[in-house]
Amino acid sequence: MKRVVITGAGTINALGRDVASTLEAMREGRCGIGELDIRDVDRLAIRIGGQVRDFEAESVFNRQQLTLYDRFTQFTLVAAAEAIAQCGLEFTGELAARAGVVLGTAGGGVSTWDDNYRSVYEDGKNRVHPFVVPKLMNNAAASHVSMQYNLKGPSFTVSTACASSNHAMAQAFQIIRSGMSKAMVTGGSESMLCFGGVKAWEGLRVMSRDACRPFSANRNGMVQGEGAGVFVFEEYEHARARGADILAEVVGQAMSSDAADIVMPSKQGAARAIAGALHDAGVSRDEVGYINAHGTGTAANDKTECAAVADVFGPHADSLMISSTKSMHGHLIGGTGAVELLACIMALRDGVIAPTIGYEEFDPECALDVVPNEAREAKVDVALSNAFAFGGLNAVLALRRI
Amino acid sequence: MEIRDKVIEIVAEQAVLEPSDVKMDNTLEELGIDSLGLVESIFAIEEAFDISVPFNANNPTEGDFDISTVQSIVAGIETLIRDQKT
Repeated sequence: MKRVVITGAGTINALGRDVASTLEAMREGRCGIGELDIRDVDRLAIRIGGQVRDFEAESVFNRQQLTLYDRFTQFTLVAAAEAIAQCGLEFTGELAARAGVVLGTAGGGVSTWDDNYRSVYEDGKNRVHPFVVPKLMNNAAASHVSMQYNLKGPSFTVSTACASSNHAMAQAFQIIRSGMSKAMVTGGSESMLCFGGVKAWEGLRVMSRDACRPFSANRNGMVQGEGAGVFVFEEYEHARARGADILAEVVGQAMSSDAADIVMPSKQGAARAIAGALHDAGVSRDEVGYINAHGTGTAANDKTECAAVADVFGPHADSLMISSTKSMHGHLIGGTGAVELLACIMALRDGVIAPTIGYEEFDPECALDVVPNEAREAKVDVALSNAFAFGGLNAVLALRRI
Repeated sequence: MEIRDKVIEIVAEQAVLEPSDVKMDNTLEELGIDSLGLVESIFAIEEAFDISVPFNANNPTEGDFDISTVQSIVAGIETLIRDQKT
């Protein structure tokens, strides 16, 4: 089996327009969640989110591109540009023929659906722009990345709700590990912060009206974010031979299905994914220093996740750190695992643990070290990133310092 | 604005040309407009003139709407406006 490393990272999210500004915000425990600035917000009960602000798509893309790029594709391309520039790879010849793009998204072009439904239902128009379908399709972002960077290998989009990005990155990891490809572009993107997107989430009654406070006893729900995280995964020897700057090694992954409930999480399903990732990575429990939690800030997720971690790690659960950066950037749904992987990389590479901000009250059902409110310096060898989706689909990644 | 000028404006925008560079006897191919560009042009024409253009991208030459040149498109629109607005 080949070893797999990360040689490029890119992002855009409520905390920043690139990796450096995002990590700086995480170090400072800054909150990117605020009042939503979207059309018809006055008809919404939920009016906060981790929105990407002051993003002028017109200054990044030309008119022809904008007719084809939904906001989730725009975010993807911005993040991909940063990641691919950092990795320094030029995709040509045999490398390009086998390098692909695997991205996660839950909703794809949600605002394209929203805008065009509005146009035909509310405004009574009988004609929509011819590119509505290629703009809204879930694989649009992956396809545009492949076209822009000449990536001709296995490329597809994974849609497993809140675990989409982790499932996508697990696939990219396996593709390189098995020897199918030397490099893969992977991660995920989401942009549901439009009237219809937020309205749909409102219906479920799991959204907070004021803040995302993971693990805090007074938590009252999740807060949506938007944005993208994109990485270049590369075969270790390939990266080393060209002297690439290696950000971290991806050492394992596991995927599991609760096979139980369409929305309620299961401790067993989560625990099987966490334990599976450790087994796949060949690391022992006490090597794990940090877990980037799924940590949505809902009553159900946080206590179930903490119980799963306690089950898997036993006494070591009390000495590892587990934080939820969703408290800062919000829940990016299908893109969330990708942005959260940055916190794992920061822990391994910089020795800085991103905090769980908004933490106010101890909850005995979440009695772990959740790194409350302030970042912490610590040397970490192995970090995990959890994602547990609606539908009971779980994916956990294991990273090691290199 | 005359039909002809509006059509030239639409076609020029698709081709990323100045309207003055578009000649009436140009074919869309000569102007560098591909199949997606054609579909987008038809949409823009329908919006601009509030007409419905009988066009199927599976078989662009079928039907009465002649897309062989800028001139034939203008003529086709004139006919459609006459038929659909009366």
